[in-house]
Amino acid sequence: MNTHYGIYGGQYVSETLMSALFELEREFFAAKEDPAFWKELDDLLVNYVGRETPLYFAKRLTEYCGGAKIFLKREDLNHTGAHKVNNTLGQALLARRMGKRKLIAETGAGMHGVATATVAALFGMECEVYMGSLDVQRQAPNVERMHALGANVRSISDGSATLKDAMNQALRDWTACSEDTFYLIGTCAGPYPYPMIVREFQSVIGKESRRQILEKTGSLPAEVIACVGGGSNAIGIFAGFDQDKDVRLVGVEAGGCGVETGKHAASICGGCVGILHGAKSYLLQDDFGQILETHSVSAGLDYPGVGPEHAFMSDLGAAKYVSINDDEAVAAFDLLARLEGILPALESSHAVAQAIKNAPNYDATQSIIVNLSGRGDKDMDNIRRYKESRKNEG
Amino acid sequence: MDRIERIFNKCRDENRAALIIFVSCGFPNLPTSEEAIERAIAAGADIIELGMPFSDPMADGPVICASSHTALQNGANIQNVLELAARVRSKHPEVGLVLFSYMNVIFHYGIDALCAELKRIGTDGVLAVDLPLEERGELMCACRDNGLHLVPLVSPATDRAREEQITKDATGFVYYVSVRGATGVRDALPEDLSARVEELRQISPVPVAVGFGIAGGDSARGVAQIADGVVVGSAFVKKFFGEQSMEEKLASAQALVAELSANMRKLA
Repeated sequence: MNTHYGIYGGQYVSETLMSALFELEREFFAAKEDPAFWKELDDLLVNYVGRETPLYFAKRLTEYCGGAKIFLKREDLNHTGAHKVNNTLGQALLARRMGKRKLIAETGAGMHGVATATVAALFGMECEVYMGSLDVQRQAPNVERMHALGANVRSISDGSATLKDAMNQALRDWTACSEDTFYLIGTCAGPYPYPMIVREFQSVIGKESRRQILEKTGSLPAEVIACVGGGSNAIGIFAGFDQDKDVRLVGVEAGGCGVETGKHAASICGGCVGILHGAKSYLLQDDFGQILETHSVSAGLDYPGVGPEHAFMSDLGAAKYVSINDDEAVAAFDLLARLEGILPALESSHAVAQAIKNAPNYDATQSIIVNLSGRGDKDMDNIRRYKESRKNEG
Repeated sequence: MDRIERIFNKCRDENRAALIIFVSCGFPNLPTSEEAIERAIAAGADIIELGMPFSDPMADGPVICASSHTALQNGANIQNVLELAARVRSKHPEVGLVLFSYMNVIFHYGIDALCAELKRIGTDGVLAVDLPLEERGELMCACRDNGLHLVPLVSPATDRAREEQITKDATGFVYYVSVRGATGVRDALPEDLSARVEELRQISPVPVAVGFGIAGGDSARGVAQIADGVVVGSAFVKKFFGEQSMEEKLASAQALVAELSANMRKLA
């Protein structure tokens, strides 16, 4: 089995983890060939998650921008409020099939943690979520949600006390307990086979979108735009269009204060190749190969790496990666709220901002799909604080 | 004869296991870690693992995580750690020196460039904790080209067929990780350790060193009976935490190595 995407990906983990990765790969391929596995997953996606999600024509946003028709893939309407649950359900079913009794997961903003705690409750499994101690403070409501769902939240104060440190600790602990514990990675990063597994479970977004846009417009979109932190929602929607040469795939990274300032989380636009969390990809690192701290108004994009398949797609030109800074993302949040009555997650607001920029490049016979990966309710405090701090600077 | 081979041969002649000490380079600062290496050598260390810290040490337990973090904050980097290695080499021509790090540090420096530099300095080998068999090709080639050993790891989760693959082309020594999980001192070592190490020694063309979890003289004595080398890391690094004066910490670290060294003898 090819474990790489060109030079990217791979399995850069300690020897102790290799047997767990082999087991995972074996069981995933067995499940993939088992109709009963998909029947159960599809049933849960419909009746528990609420799929399929609508592909909504954003008429007023389209009129405001002028140009291509803008469609929003409403992943924010999923149970738990984001696309994360597509993956956690799939992996939890896999975990149960493998006879694991406990799920562990890393989380930054807390959305993947909540989605993991949710499926753990659903399947009656034990759940421990690793979260940087800084994020525990910044994302208190999601910590409360995880507790309510019966999960144990483990606060990690090593290193920068954020997502990457939570992932380090989860990998470390998994080394010791992989016999009865399943590590449920939330994004298309990490060692093979995780990037492939996450892509598989998120590809439902792309499959639905492609069918829906053909039904609604009779033609394929000119562009598909998604935000990229680790990149799971982007890889999911891109997967639906990877054979369509005329569809331009655009991944939007977190530009923070601007890529040129060094205060950002844009690994492809502003980083270089390296190895972190088991895979080779683009990373934000210093001159000596030490991982840098990141900055973004959106906690969910605040990660110094990116999924290896995105790195590969960028090099190939199969997708184009750009960055949107904090100010632009917050402005897009406001605009979508006022024009469409939809509060997008700050992560997804980056993709909306890029669509606002790109729509005028096309005419009204063409369309753009934006993956609205999550809802913005969780971000209200962050947005208020961000606006206050910008006002004080001004 | 190669230096590492000479060291293990000498230990065998002296009826003892080789003592391998992991030093967290740059912790608590570069000069102190260099002095720590001096003390370890003075107290009987045969091989020094030069721990080059990484910001995201996912195979390490709390002690080495904390030491790595502090070392980086205090300015440790691959450049000044290599300079430190060169000084140690010039003072101690017979001590084994192995660079111990994570792949990103090595990759970012440049695999070929780093191996050439390690050769120039007189380092004996490299160990990358996050580089399993599947990914080791490029570094292994560069090591070979420069006469360096790439020290492979084998763990309790490694099955026999894989042990054979891993050790087939091994040079220098093989590192057996005694416990599942991260580095750090354990109360007890696994019951099947002796059998596993014996099996690995049968398979491996080169000596087998055992590390992870060794707390002090007692557990070291047990491991010395079954392995060709004993690796102690966290227990040594731990001596540099706390409120004592630096001289007291160095003395206590040296005393630990002396105690370990006294327990390397094969009793049977």
